[in-house]
Amino acid sequence: MLKVRNVWWIAAFGALVLFPLIETNPTYTGIGVIALIFMGCATSWNMFSGYSGYVNLGSAVFYGVGAYTMTLLADHLNVPGNGDLFWLVPVGGLAAMIVAVPVGLVALRVRRHTFVVITIAIFFVFQLSAINFGFTGGTAGLQLPLIPWLETNYNKPFYYAALAIVVFATLLSVAVRRSRFGLQLLAIRDDEDRAAGLGVKVFAVKLTGFTLSAFAVGMGGALFAIFIGQIYPQFVFDPLFDISIALMAIFGGLGTLTGPLLGALVLESMQQYLAIRFSNGSLYLIIFGALFLVIVLFMPQGVVVYLSEWRSLLASRRVEGARVVPEEKS
Amino acid sequence: MNGTAVLHSIIDGVLTGSVYALMATGLTLIFGVMNIINVAQGIFVILGAYLSYALSVHLGIDLFVGLAITIPTLFVVGVVVERLFLTRIKGPERVVMSILVTYAVSLVIEGVLNMVFSTNYVELHAWYVDRSVKVFGIYLPYIYLLGFAMAVVLLTALYVMLYRTRFGSSVRASLADQTSAALVGINVKRVSTVCFGLGVAVTAAGGMIYGATNAFNASSSYDLISRLLVIIVLGGMGSIGGALVAGIMMVTIEDLVSVVWGPVWSNLAFFLILVVVLSLRPQGLFGKQTVRVA
Repeated sequence: MLKVRNVWWIAAFGALVLFPLIETNPTYTGIGVIALIFMGCATSWNMFSGYSGYVNLGSAVFYGVGAYTMTLLADHLNVPGNGDLFWLVPVGGLAAMIVAVPVGLVALRVRRHTFVVITIAIFFVFQLSAINFGFTGGTAGLQLPLIPWLETNYNKPFYYAALAIVVFATLLSVAVRRSRFGLQLLAIRDDEDRAAGLGVKVFAVKLTGFTLSAFAVGMGGALFAIFIGQIYPQFVFDPLFDISIALMAIFGGLGTLTGPLLGALVLESMQQYLAIRFSNGSLYLIIFGALFLVIVLFMPQGVVVYLSEWRSLLASRRVEGARVVPEEKS
Repeated sequence: MNGTAVLHSIIDGVLTGSVYALMATGLTLIFGVMNIINVAQGIFVILGAYLSYALSVHLGIDLFVGLAITIPTLFVVGVVVERLFLTRIKGPERVVMSILVTYAVSLVIEGVLNMVFSTNYVELHAWYVDRSVKVFGIYLPYIYLLGFAMAVVLLTALYVMLYRTRFGSSVRASLADQTSAALVGINVKRVSTVCFGLGVAVTAAGGMIYGATNAFNASSSYDLISRLLVIIVLGGMGSIGGALVAGIMMVTIEDLVSVVWGPVWSNLAFFLILVVVLSLRPQGLFGKQTVRVA
């Protein structure tokens, strides 16, 4: 038997699969590609930061490492500009995981709020390295092989590749949430000292979660690199990316499954749309910041939690209402 | 590379580092008293710099005289932000929420500054910005010396306020333990608001010096806030003495690295020092060892 909730999931997935077949305008399918990449990254981010409470504001490190790995490998292996490039996407994810280990070894030594600040500092180490080292091309950036596909169908392969990343990240997130390992992450969020006292190897669990969450973010970065065709340090190691990912997960609901998916879909599509609609970036910053303030202050647990509480509230009112209505009529 | 160049970079580092120390003190004071990481500190510095810019360009007011206007203005901005947004943050994820809220505030201010002043880089000018004085064979721009003097004066004022007044005692009590402070009758809410205001107000002074020594636009705030955060984490979050020492130390080391290995490495060194120090001493140089962090 299908549960109602699963029907919703299947319907949402179906809608995402059908979208580029129905909508042929490359502007909108392009927005779709970016939104899906962010959905994958936000879900993966949430799998560590949402579950463990360790908010990572340096996730662009993984994104950038994925993008640079893709670009440098494509160049060194002379991969031609066609679908073959897509096989390098998981390699970008692996590279991000490899980088996550030493980063985690340093950053996870401290507790939550210092962790946040250290991830920001480490992010800048990477951004500055990308700018300063020769092999990254410096601020001039690097080019990827040009893909000679027709504009009308250009976005489709990227769209489905991004969708695959989203599905992967979501399934991984579900698997972690249902496992013993996921429970250990949640225990760390609720009370790290007690979890340690009860025998959870907190450092190892945190490091594993941190490393695991790097994979999909790195793949997102790698895919983004081929989609855009050229990368710059400030573009893939972007402080706005760090904060956007966190924002999307919190907008939807930190630590929930649907939250980051919904948050990334809504916010990223809106961001892309606003960027196209008002080419004025400043206005966009103001709208985005103000909207975010409203969400954090009035729905601090995220839209998903807020909506479900609201729905149960309505339901309880309806039940009460049924009893009250006849009296009101008389 | 020679001895004079090294000495020069150390002196430069101490002089400019004191200004960073001043801005970081505001940030660490806010964190210590309120458990809030004010990520908007960077954009407040830039806001202060733009205010000084507007006053000097449009009204011809001297940069230092203008501080009499910009410092109170930013104090008010800080108080308004605290009252409107920060008092609403509650719950266990307070620190994280404070980062997000202040970040959102910072985005809005960045957008407004971009619209008002455009994204072209500007610099503050005055006679003392462009001229230098020769001390022991080393040329020092007047602005470095004046900035250092100003930082010393303001930090002394802050010190006197914190350690010699009744209000200062309440602040220090709130720094040590909010609940106990409230129990002995301290109005912690009011202390928090004033502290946030003060923490933001010092950025007006810091911003003026920053704007006189660097070309800036609104996105310079990212560079600033990352530095200030590194300084307060390194000094130990909530430790005012730590912020002072770390501020001067970091900028000096950065200047030294720039002279010895080249400017390309100086930024990197700044962040790498943090990573190394924290691997050895996770609570920062002067931080208290936290036994239990909720």
